[in-house]
Amino acid sequence: MNKQVKDADAALDGLKDGMTLMVGGFGLCGIPENLITALVRKGVKGLTCISNNAGVDDFGLGLLLKKRQIKTMIASYVGENAEFERQLLSGELEVQLTPQGTLAERCRAGGAGIPAFFTPAGYGTEVAEGKETRAFDGKMYVMERWLRADFSLVKAWKGDTNGNLVYRRTARNFNPMMAMAGNITIAEVEHLVEPGEIDPDHVHTPGIFVHRIFQGKDYEKRIEQRTVRQRV
Amino acid sequence: MALDKNQIAKRIARELQDGYYVNLGIGIPTLVANHIPPGINVTLQSENGILGMGQFPVEGEEDADLINAGKQTVTLLPGSAIFDSATSFAMIRAQKVNLTVLGAMEVADNGDIASWKIPGKMVKGMGGAMDLVASAQNIIVCMMHTNKAGESKLLKKCSLPLTGVGCVKRIITDLGMFEVAKDGFKLTERAPGVSVEEIKAKTEGRLVVESEVPEMVF
Repeated sequence: MNKQVKDADAALDGLKDGMTLMVGGFGLCGIPENLITALVRKGVKGLTCISNNAGVDDFGLGLLLKKRQIKTMIASYVGENAEFERQLLSGELEVQLTPQGTLAERCRAGGAGIPAFFTPAGYGTEVAEGKETRAFDGKMYVMERWLRADFSLVKAWKGDTNGNLVYRRTARNFNPMMAMAGNITIAEVEHLVEPGEIDPDHVHTPGIFVHRIFQGKDYEKRIEQRTVRQRV
Repeated sequence: MALDKNQIAKRIARELQDGYYVNLGIGIPTLVANHIPPGINVTLQSENGILGMGQFPVEGEEDADLINAGKQTVTLLPGSAIFDSATSFAMIRAQKVNLTVLGAMEVADNGDIASWKIPGKMVKGMGGAMDLVASAQNIIVCMMHTNKAGESKLLKKCSLPLTGVGCVKRIITDLGMFEVAKDGFKLTERAPGVSVEEIKAKTEGRLVVESEVPEMVF
């Protein structure tokens, strides 16, 4: 089935105010750059964004924060974004901080049809407040619910028009689980190829999870913490 | 003399055993990788999806698609593996990672740890710390013994929101090394030239000192 759409703007067809989005990436690594800038252009508001981080002030999800397009953020670490911290402390933005492994598993559960699961992470902390806890084999666990999204926006290195995706290096991170958990999943890729050009054994996300795919452009792929060693 | 950051990292590195899978947190824990003793092979796990993480790249070879959990550019060693975040935390939760080293704002003498939030002031989030401390077989916390105001960070009870309960096994500060025992922080080693009296004075939580406490040797 050919799932190719023209570009990021066409891919966002049907995305409306108040919807819940998953956005792949870890820091600025593996984020869907084209789709984020298209969301800024589209101007949709009141969004709930599920993403491990919130970008930096002038890149990634930080661009949506600056335009006040995000109402609620579900993330594990938001320390790199001053505007985020300001909106949070002033009460303009609602934030649900979730342990990183729990966030990943909640997305995976949403994509796997599992409504809840138990994890030891956060037991005895404020993360567990109001949640069911239970002992299994003598250890305490917290019940966490699945996460699903109206739209999942993911970034892959390579994809074919059937929607099969291959990620590169640590740009994989949350993208595979989020791709599974979207009611509509959009993949932007650096290299869009024809079916048959990806070895089936090398597919990370099977095309069944992907509804729309397009060739991204003008990737900046900004590095957050450029660290190098001396050449010897 | 109190230990500097590199000495803290060096002391922690002596706890590494051949064949360990190790997760190093951001800050001082990252420095542990520079002090791995000769003959000891450990595999570094980075929770954003790497087993077999190598050094920082040389200039010009940075890859935006290859970072560690601190968002720093890194390299891969031969035989490394890349995986998604759910698989990464599967290996953490299932206790495949032998040792976790992380920083903290406060530790209590029952093993509680606080490291992610100062209400009303600082909200950065817990990242992977809650998953790591809830599941790791062995957790070493490294931190300065006192905060900038000179107050003890080794407490009877944490004042900040917790990251995990009763999970810390060992603490290394600039003043000494401590085991979390039933009856409090058991002092096992002192930094060179730091007296038991000084450590007592700077530890708010229950401190257990049994007989002679050896000095660390560097």
